[in-house]
Amino acid sequence: MGAFIVRRLLNYVVLVFVATSLAYLGAATAFHPKDMYLQKNPPTPAVVMYHELNERNDNPDKPVLERYAHWVDGVAHGDFGQTWQLDSVSKHFSISVWVTVRLVTVAAVISAVAGILIGSFQAVRQYKFSDHAITFGSYIIFAMPVFVLAPLLKLVAVQVNKAVGGNTPLLQYQGEIDPDATGFWGQLFSRADHLLLPTISLSLGLIAFYSRYQRGQMLDVLGSDFLRTARAKGLSKTRAILKHGVRTAVIPVMTLVTYSTILTFAGAIITERVFGWNGLGSWFTDATNHSDVNSVAVITLFSAVLVLIAGMLSDIITAVLDPRVRL
Amino acid sequence: MSQNLLLTDAAGRPKNPAPTGTPLLSVQDLHVTFSSEAGDVRAVRGVSYDLHPGEVLGIVGESGSGKSVSAMAILGLLPDNARITGSIKLEGRELLGLGDKQMSKIRGKDIAMVFQDPLSALTPVFTVGDQIVEALSVHQKLSRDAARKRALELLDVVGIPDPERRFKNFPHEFSGGMRQRVMIAMAIANDPKVILCDEPTTALDVTIQAQILEALKNAQELTGAAILMITHDLGVVAGFADKVSVMYAGRPVEQGAVDEIYYRPRMPYTIGLLGSIPRLDVSGEHGRRPLTPIEGNPPSMVDLPDACPFADRCPIVTDICRDAEPELLPAGPDSHPSACHRRADLESGTIPIDQVYPVPQIPETHLDTVPRAQRSPVLEIKGLQKHFPLMRGAVFKRRVGTVKAVDGIDFEIREGETLGLVGESGCGKTTTLLEILELVAPQAGSIAVFGRQAAKLSGRERMEMRKDIQIVFQDPMASLDPRMPVGEAIAEPLRTHGWSQDKAYERVAELLELVGLEPYHASRFPREFSGGQRQRICVARALALNPKVVILDEPVSALDVSIQAGVINLLDELRAKLGLSYLFVAHDLSVVRHIADRVAVMYLGRIVEIGDVASVFELPSHPYTQALLSAIPLPDPRKERERSRILLPGDLPSPANVPSGCRFRDRCFKYASLNAAEQMKCRDEDPVIVTRPGKEDHAAACHFADALEVV
Amino acid sequence: MTAPTAADTESVQPLAAVPARSGRAGLVWRRFRRNKFAMVGLVGLVLLFLFAFLGPLLTHWSPTDIDLVNTQSGPTGDHLFGTDDVGHDMFAQTVNGMQKSLIIGLLVALLSTGSAGLLGTAAAYFGGWWEKVIVWLTDLFLVVPSLLMLIILSPYFQGTSWLVLVPMIALFSWMITSRVVRGMTLTIREREFVRAARYMGVPAWTIIARHIIPNISSILIVDFTLNVGAAIVTESFLSFLGFGIRTPNVSLGTVINDGAQFASTDQWYLFVFPASVLVLIILCVNFIGDGLRDALDPNSTGASAR
Repeated sequence: MGAFIVRRLLNYVVLVFVATSLAYLGAATAFHPKDMYLQKNPPTPAVVMYHELNERNDNPDKPVLERYAHWVDGVAHGDFGQTWQLDSVSKHFSISVWVTVRLVTVAAVISAVAGILIGSFQAVRQYKFSDHAITFGSYIIFAMPVFVLAPLLKLVAVQVNKAVGGNTPLLQYQGEIDPDATGFWGQLFSRADHLLLPTISLSLGLIAFYSRYQRGQMLDVLGSDFLRTARAKGLSKTRAILKHGVRTAVIPVMTLVTYSTILTFAGAIITERVFGWNGLGSWFTDATNHSDVNSVAVITLFSAVLVLIAGMLSDIITAVLDPRVRL
Repeated sequence: MSQNLLLTDAAGRPKNPAPTGTPLLSVQDLHVTFSSEAGDVRAVRGVSYDLHPGEVLGIVGESGSGKSVSAMAILGLLPDNARITGSIKLEGRELLGLGDKQMSKIRGKDIAMVFQDPLSALTPVFTVGDQIVEALSVHQKLSRDAARKRALELLDVVGIPDPERRFKNFPHEFSGGMRQRVMIAMAIANDPKVILCDEPTTALDVTIQAQILEALKNAQELTGAAILMITHDLGVVAGFADKVSVMYAGRPVEQGAVDEIYYRPRMPYTIGLLGSIPRLDVSGEHGRRPLTPIEGNPPSMVDLPDACPFADRCPIVTDICRDAEPELLPAGPDSHPSACHRRADLESGTIPIDQVYPVPQIPETHLDTVPRAQRSPVLEIKGLQKHFPLMRGAVFKRRVGTVKAVDGIDFEIREGETLGLVGESGCGKTTTLLEILELVAPQAGSIAVFGRQAAKLSGRERMEMRKDIQIVFQDPMASLDPRMPVGEAIAEPLRTHGWSQDKAYERVAELLELVGLEPYHASRFPREFSGGQRQRICVARALALNPKVVILDEPVSALDVSIQAGVINLLDELRAKLGLSYLFVAHDLSVVRHIADRVAVMYLGRIVEIGDVASVFELPSHPYTQALLSAIPLPDPRKERERSRILLPGDLPSPANVPSGCRFRDRCFKYASLNAAEQMKCRDEDPVIVTRPGKEDHAAACHFADALEVV
Repeated sequence: MTAPTAADTESVQPLAAVPARSGRAGLVWRRFRRNKFAMVGLVGLVLLFLFAFLGPLLTHWSPTDIDLVNTQSGPTGDHLFGTDDVGHDMFAQTVNGMQKSLIIGLLVALLSTGSAGLLGTAAAYFGGWWEKVIVWLTDLFLVVPSLLMLIILSPYFQGTSWLVLVPMIALFSWMITSRVVRGMTLTIREREFVRAARYMGVPAWTIIARHIIPNISSILIVDFTLNVGAAIVTESFLSFLGFGIRTPNVSLGTVINDGAQFASTDQWYLFVFPASVLVLIILCVNFIGDGLRDALDPNSTGASAR
């Protein structure tokens, strides 16, 4: 048993390593950090430029593979290099990752719960008005990528604020917290206010996604023999569905929920950009724009690790929920 | 593994109470209609019957006859698009029109149900114990402990060994037979008045079927419940039911006491059904009794005309049959009701029952006169072995053992001969034939076709060899590509082996006629054909290249009985006409008895008994063969009542876990009766298959083989 | 419990109202046509295509033209969707962006679904090393965060033709389809008709082409449709962030990005018009995809089971 876990973990580690290496090599060959310095006005002196490039392990005069080896060596010793601003990547990461966590946690939880509930409700009331209405709503949401939804929410917020009036706008759409907010409750309110729109922009799509899947699974279960058995025993329709139906239908949905939830923590590029949160997503686009190979590599590494954690976790959750699948 | 199936008689109640007084369950003029895209499907059209306490009513019919739908209507579990009219009264109380809440109080308490497929009928995520406890606590106020105690009792009653441990198991950890026992335990949990059984043993192997029927009988004796037994199997009903209702196209066409229906049928459909079942206990002049197939297929349940729905298939149809649907009326003063315009003729003997259907001639071939020893072998299997690694774990896949699917078997088939390979699920019969068809070197042993070793064939030779050995699979739907017109499907082997388009086209037409279809059918798609016709197409495809050997993998088990007979007769006819040899794999021994010249019985990857059909069936010598034959219900109520069954204990063992010595010993009734020294021999020595004394072609693999008549 | 199917007598009668030859395609089309959403999607998509390719005739502005007189103008007869702060005609830009988005969507879907079908069937049918390698590659590409990789590699396709986005996006969008195809092939491979063909001696690639591909065609068609939508979103996503199509070329993503800056101002229409066009395209494509799924597989419950 132990040997199998080890073998599987090993395969995971290899996958992460190859994936991150591809990202590093891709970035190291695609990015031209030297041009960044050359385009600066006033131009950086060559000595300073090469010093900084060497510090960043981004000196284009060195062969890519040599830089790669250096980077791998550093990573192996817990050193992820320096950002384009010559900060420590590790330090920057530990700040940004918490911004992302604060941004997506609420959304992830809300989406999972709401998605499963709505999907089950729809299945039970299949082809009723509510089912059709929610289905239609999901179609619209599916057709609305975040880069449309997020600005749209902003647009609505502005109009709402205008209609409400007052000195401070009711709905906030920039940053994490109002720097002027004071007191515990004041700060908490400000945080919640700032979180509202990004949370909607993150959760709507996920809710639509989960509920659609849960609905399908529920419909399969509703036609199942064991539900018929439960009713033949004398359970009422509602009780049979709640006890035997939802419990069984949720198993495959949990895999999906686990994956999507874990992966939201890799950063929400658009939401972070539009609503001005400095999380992993914003950092990634900034880093790309500044030809920062080290930052890009660490974020890729992080999200590859997340994929694998999600894989492991969803297997474990399935095994816990489904007695048929034992480790 | 011992199971005490017989309960203490204190719990028993007298059997066969007089069917008088107010009926327990009374169904009157029940109609069920489903709305569908094609129009209204009139699935049930006027079903009436009374069920008295302790009585067993068998409802017999083929798929689509409305038998299950009428049962689900009683429970009120039909889908929303069903419209139900008529009356269903339980002890005088009308059930139709009750709401879900009221029906929930009746379901599982007064009326319980046992479903067909025990695989999917239990919720996979709850333990078996919890599910039985639930059945109890829905209708009774019981403390946790009391419910648990009662559930354990129930598990014991239905014959589940070690209930304490099994209580905590999940359904997937149970075998099919064990799950069906759990279903029965749930059904009798609240001492129901009526138990509805919808094909309760259809998905099970024969020896397990015998166990389950026994468990049901015990359950009935314990609770005194009336049973409604829905099945397609006339054998099961013969031994189990008091009354029988034969359904066709949504209506009962004949209804009466079981002996009446079997010995004095008054409706051509029933007569046809009885005539089309291959029987274990009857052999004709040449060793087989010809089957009388019912031509055609049941009608569509949409837009039924006002005519006898059986008219198109009936050999004694007259004009009046096409003008009005016959009512269910007695054929004579002391006869049971049947729905046939010609019932009077049948009753009076104007039309003798055994001449309703034309009796087909069983064709003979010149090879039948050549002694077996002088015919050359076409297929020789020696020491064939196929082991699979046993993997466990969806998450962490790992090898945990070896499945010995086929573990060293020998047999040969000679020219023009049919060998039946029989056994229950997991015995390795399908693996055997797939191994043969690969035409490569097996893991161990040898496969020789026409004296040539498969292991030594070159690629080109193997390709040539494929022409001579073809297969017909079990499921005629799955064995035809749904996207391909049947003509193309039949032409596929021809085209693969280099026939020109035109020549293949001609051959396809010829083949279609050979199997009783029309050449113009070639452009149709498989879904436009019925099951029996599809199987004919598969036969045509297998015969396209004029093979010498055809391997038939359960070719008729997916078909309804009345259709089955036609395909069996066709196979018989083709064998004679084309001089084919068959390897006929089946679980149904009656079919094998009917069609095969020789039979090999497999158990856990081995052949335990082999020989000519007459010897093996009449004087089976291996305890397993004896139990297998004894487990098969005969469609003959009197014989059934007189027979005593050999019940094998326990489940079919897994080929991953083969016992030492004789692999049958832990289920063997003979083993139990042996003395210690003899038992030791069974435990330590793997018996080899040896020829029975005084027999030429009959061998068994048992240390204590002894002939025993069981049919 | 199975409602009896329209059975036939020994002389075969075709199922009610199903003509013998037109067979499947006709049946699928009839089922598709009965689905209101699907028909709306189909008609809508045709109209959107016409709009994208005939739209330029409605204006004399080209996407790169700058109307210095009318910057940040509202929707007028001359500038149907208004102009941005530089004076670009948003209508001309939107229509031009639509063309590119639609072309990219179709090509990416063709490429990714095609390769997914090929890899998935080959992996499942041949098994052995083939399968190991393909499955490992699929796993790898699923671990590699595809959007991040596309952004990282974006400097490569800077300055080249915008069509280079097609293979790039396709490279990162074949995995899931390929997994589904592999799963289905594994099942079909064990079906009797495939076994029968094998035992007749039909060569492997012939079996794949003749029996397996046609039997997974429904999933391929549906995935192709849905991949069109996904590819358009991916392209717009990249362009929105400035990593996809770049000036002087425009795509829906760039136009939406331009407009998004005005979302919180009074010129919000600069955002709403192009955004609506994108939403409509995706909506129509999804309607068609789901309609096809239901039409091709009457047993499907409408949820994407993956």
